[in-house]
Amino acid sequence: MSNQGKMDCGRRRLIVATAAVGGVGAVAALVPFVSSLLPSERAKAAGAPVEVDISKIEPGQMITVEWRGKPVWIINRTKEMLETLPKLDGQMADPKSEVASQQPAYAANATRSVKENLLVVVGICTHLGCSPSSKFKAGAEEGMSADWLGGFLCPCHGSTFDFAGRVYKAKPAPTNLEVPPHVYLSDARILIGEDKKGA
Amino acid sequence: MAAGNYEKYKSDGSLGGNLLEWVDARFPATSMWKGHLSEYYAPKNFNFWYFFGSLALLVLVIQIVTGIFLVMHYKPDAALNAAGVPIAFASVEYIMRDVPGGWLIRYMHSTGASAFFIVVYLHMFRGLIYGSYRKPRELTWLFGVGIFLVLMGEAFFGYLLPWGQMSYWGAQVIVNLFGAIPVVGNDLSILVRGDFVVGDATLNRFFSFHVIAFPLVLLGLVAAHVLALHETGSNNPDGIEIKANKDENGIPRDGIPFHPYYTVKDIVGVVVFLMAFSAIMFFAPEGAGLFLETPNFYPADPLKTPLHIAPVWYFTPYYSILRAIVWNFFGLDAKFWGVVAMGASVVIFAFLPWLDRSPVKSIRYRGPITKVMITLFVICFFILGYLGTQAPSPMGELVSQICTVFYFGFFLGMPWWSRMDKFKPVPERLTTK
Repeated sequence: MSNQGKMDCGRRRLIVATAAVGGVGAVAALVPFVSSLLPSERAKAAGAPVEVDISKIEPGQMITVEWRGKPVWIINRTKEMLETLPKLDGQMADPKSEVASQQPAYAANATRSVKENLLVVVGICTHLGCSPSSKFKAGAEEGMSADWLGGFLCPCHGSTFDFAGRVYKAKPAPTNLEVPPHVYLSDARILIGEDKKGA
Repeated sequence: MAAGNYEKYKSDGSLGGNLLEWVDARFPATSMWKGHLSEYYAPKNFNFWYFFGSLALLVLVIQIVTGIFLVMHYKPDAALNAAGVPIAFASVEYIMRDVPGGWLIRYMHSTGASAFFIVVYLHMFRGLIYGSYRKPRELTWLFGVGIFLVLMGEAFFGYLLPWGQMSYWGAQVIVNLFGAIPVVGNDLSILVRGDFVVGDATLNRFFSFHVIAFPLVLLGLVAAHVLALHETGSNNPDGIEIKANKDENGIPRDGIPFHPYYTVKDIVGVVVFLMAFSAIMFFAPEGAGLFLETPNFYPADPLKTPLHIAPVWYFTPYYSILRAIVWNFFGLDAKFWGVVAMGASVVIFAFLPWLDRSPVKSIRYRGPITKVMITLFVICFFILGYLGTQAPSPMGELVSQICTVFYFGFFLGMPWWSRMDKFKPVPERLTTK
């Protein structure tokens, strides 16, 4: 500092190098803090599959079970409910379940299910994660429009879904409700979260 | 006028005097006292709009003190207790019912949250009408916008802690907003939540942010806000620089020492404020469902969304702006643009010092365009705020879109309309009316 005008370039380089190495160290020190914000090993392990007894679901009824902290709906659809599906194809954003992330391949069919009547779907709206409410009765009886054929309404931003969890066009939710991986252990029991028996 | 060039205290020989001299030789006690209070010269014409800065400081103290005592009983735990109620929710009920005086401390804190925003919004409005953000006070304004942002984060994190239905689903919706950001969105949501859904990890980190990280940042920003203000000196309802006219001692002719003049005046404001605050706290702590929302009296249920989700009132204008954007642009989802618009609607306040091109600061000397624009802006802000509390409807959507356009038009058009406007000549000295 004392001999102004004459810069000691060697010393300057050392200062720059020291600061750079120190900076790298400071950034490296961020790693454990940021990684601690990620889901813990326990949170990752908590996604264990859930076994559900489905023998008691009457036609037209729905039960809700918890899997990975999310609601999973199991709906025993009646013939009338299933008949609404093909009629609605034209009004759906993804009628043929072409967005692969929203269902396993074995549920990418007209009813979005393994067994025709039983729909297994994650009850979380694909918009911002609210849980839609059931509006099963056709028509205006449950506060829907007169031409409503039954399905689900998300209370948060008004997205609507049919009895296969398919989203109506021009709604905030971009995709159909997610069908989780699931497998039938027997006619009465279902395993949600896994595809293969005993896997 | 900043602290620094003051003579050290000389003892008068008394014990107290000797002690103060000893301290003053080692710590800038006298210079801080004089620089920020007894010889900090503030314009003599402050009106009632100037109460809200010191009131904001008062509410900050209320929130910190009540918060310290709430943490002694609150438990951030989403696990269910023996009765099947989440422990966090049960601990808030415990504070309300079993902790002596707990209900009062909790209502002070919850009423304080809303009071904070009322006071801060009025404080910001004061800045808007008197041009307090204009040169040379840009940094004071920027620190203030920083305080506002941190305060919003603080309120959002705090609202999750009671672990009620609105806490849970409100957080679920807001955290999922990050998912709208292309490419990194989903990972970012997971990073914020610490889990794949809002859960115990989320509750614990929000608790940590709410009681440690954000209050620390807030205090730092408040200190910077006040220091920057005391460097330039306060603006006033006339928008005139009092430092431009100093007497032979270098003291602004239109200035009076902050202490005792404004400390005493502020006490009047404090008394009136505490009367209103107490009335709400004792007689209407829920604020008709605006301060404490009804669904939050039910414990969080991850399987069931309340029929109507609305944020607390102080967030509703921005929430309306979020919902108003329903169009996809440039191949990106409307959801993403909604988030962008919501963020922009808050951050845009930071640009005011450079958007306003009027030759005068105060609304007193500005023309009809300014008055009409500010009035319409306030009306729009209220309409957006109201619509944000309501369930979505086609009519509401249209009105919120119109208001959103005006909201941004107000700011983005300001360089033009503020210059076009007429203005009156500004007097040399402060007026007192």
